[in-house]
Amino acid sequence: MSKIRIPHEPNHPLAEGLNQPMKRGTFLKFAGATFATSTMLLAGCKEYEDLFNPKIKELVVDLGSGDIGILNYAYVLEQLEAAYYIQVMTTPYPGMSAEEKSILTDLRDHEIIHRDFFKKALGDKAIPALRFDFSKINFYDRTSVLTQAAYFEDDGVAAYNGAGKLIRNVDYLVLAGKIVSVEARHASAIRDLLNPLSPDFAGDDVVSSPNGLDLARTPLQTLPRVAAFIAAKINADNLPK
Amino acid sequence: MNLFNIIRDIEQVDPEVYERLNSRRSAFGMLGKAALAAAPLALGSVFQKAYGKTNDAVSDVLNFALLLEYLESEFYQLGLAAAGLIPAANRAGFAQISKHEAQHVAFLKEALGMAAIAKPEFDFTAKGNFNDVFTNYGTFAAVAQVLEDTGVRAYKGQAGSLLGTDVLTLALQIHSVEARHASFVRRIRGQKGWIVGNDGGAVPAVAAANYAGEDNTAQGGLDKAMFAAAYSDATVSEAFDEILTREQVIAIATPFLA
Repeated sequence: MSKIRIPHEPNHPLAEGLNQPMKRGTFLKFAGATFATSTMLLAGCKEYEDLFNPKIKELVVDLGSGDIGILNYAYVLEQLEAAYYIQVMTTPYPGMSAEEKSILTDLRDHEIIHRDFFKKALGDKAIPALRFDFSKINFYDRTSVLTQAAYFEDDGVAAYNGAGKLIRNVDYLVLAGKIVSVEARHASAIRDLLNPLSPDFAGDDVVSSPNGLDLARTPLQTLPRVAAFIAAKINADNLPK
Repeated sequence: MNLFNIIRDIEQVDPEVYERLNSRRSAFGMLGKAALAAAPLALGSVFQKAYGKTNDAVSDVLNFALLLEYLESEFYQLGLAAAGLIPAANRAGFAQISKHEAQHVAFLKEALGMAAIAKPEFDFTAKGNFNDVFTNYGTFAAVAQVLEDTGVRAYKGQAGSLLGTDVLTLALQIHSVEARHASFVRRIRGQKGWIVGNDGGAVPAVAAANYAGEDNTAQGGLDKAMFAAAYSDATVSEAFDEILTREQVIAIATPFLA
C-alpha cells in the first residue's frame, strides 16, 4: 500500500541510492553534505531553491492502513534507532568506556534485528529503507550521544505503548510487546549511564505519578517528534486512530 | 481518593473516553452521586460500558496483575525497611521501584473497585528457597531481578486478552515500567539489562522456570536466518522478551504465597 514519490532529479541525494543499502560510514557525510549544499542554496539561485523546496521534491512515504500501517510505523522507528546506533558505533565518542561500548553495541544490534524483522515480516508491504539526518547531533560528545539515545528509546517505548490498542491481530500485538519491553530496558540502561544509580532509569519525567504509568503516544503525536531526523515525509494519515 | 485518575489517564490516550461514556456529565454524575463504598463499583461498570468487555474478562486480567503488584510492592517495602540490607548507593533506585509498585497496586485496586482481590499473605523465602532474602543483599537483589523480569513476561502474556481496548494501553504503560526496573536491577547485579538466552544471570537454580523460553530466536514464523547479518542466538534472544502464560506465572508465584 506504500505510495512513494521519488524526486525527479536523478542527482537528488534522496533519489540516489534509494534502493540500495547505505554504507554505514556515509551517514554523517551524507547529512553533512546535504546541509552544506542547502546552505549554499540560500544564496538565492531559483533553480536550486526549487530542487530543495520540500513541497516540490519531497520524498513521501505512505505507511498504509490497518495493522500493516502500524507495523510500517514501527519499522520507521526501528530504522531510525538502528541508523542512529550504527552511526554512534561508527564514530564512537572519545573516552567511551568498555561498559558503554558494550551497551551501545548491543543496542545497535538489537535495533538492527528489530528493523530487519519488520522488513521481513512486512515483505512487499514494507516501506523502503529511509535515510536519516543526524547532522544536528554531536557524535563526538558523550552527553549528546547518550541524551539523544535516551530520547529515541523513551519515544520508542511511548510509541509502542500508544500503538498497542490500534493493532487488530493478536500475534502482531504480542510481537510489539516483545519489542517494547526491550526498548524500555534500553531506555533504563542509557538513562542510568547519564545519571548512575539515580531514580532516572524510570524517572518521574517519563513514569508519571500518581499511577506509575510510562508514557503512551499515538502515531500522530510521535511522528512530529522524530520528523526532523527523517529525510522523507512520513504520511500517517491512513493509520488506524 | 483518586477515583478519577484512571479516567484522566484513559483520556490522555483516548480523548473520546467521555463520549464513550455518553457524556462527561453522566460519567461524573454517576461517580459523584455514588456513596464512597459504592464508587469503585460504579467505576467497574464504567469500564464495562465503555469498552464492551465483560467485567469479568477485564477484572480477571487486572486482578492477576494486582496479585503480582501486591507481591512486588510488599517485597520492596520489606527490603527497604530491613536495616543494613540495601547498600546506601542503591537505595535511591530501589526506592523508586518501590514507589512505582505501590502506585501500581493503588491504581489497579482503584480500577477494580469492589472486584479487587485482597492482598494475600506472602512468604518471600518462597518455601525456604530464599531464606536470607531480607538479610543478604545478594539474595534480595537476585529475587528482585527475577520478580521484575517475570512481571514483564506476565503482563506481556495478558496483552492479547485486552486486544483493542484502552485498558490494554494502561497495562502496557505498567509493563514498560517493569522492564525499566528489570534492566536497572539486572545492571546493578552486574548483568546486562536484557535477558541473554534463558540464563537468568547468576540467579538461584529454582528460578529457571522464570526464564524458560527466553532463548527463543524465531519470531512471527521467521527464524533467525531472516537477518542479513549473522547474529548469535544470544544476541537475537536479547532483542525480544518472551511471554509467560497465566498458568506459568501462577506456578511461579505460588511458592511466594504463605
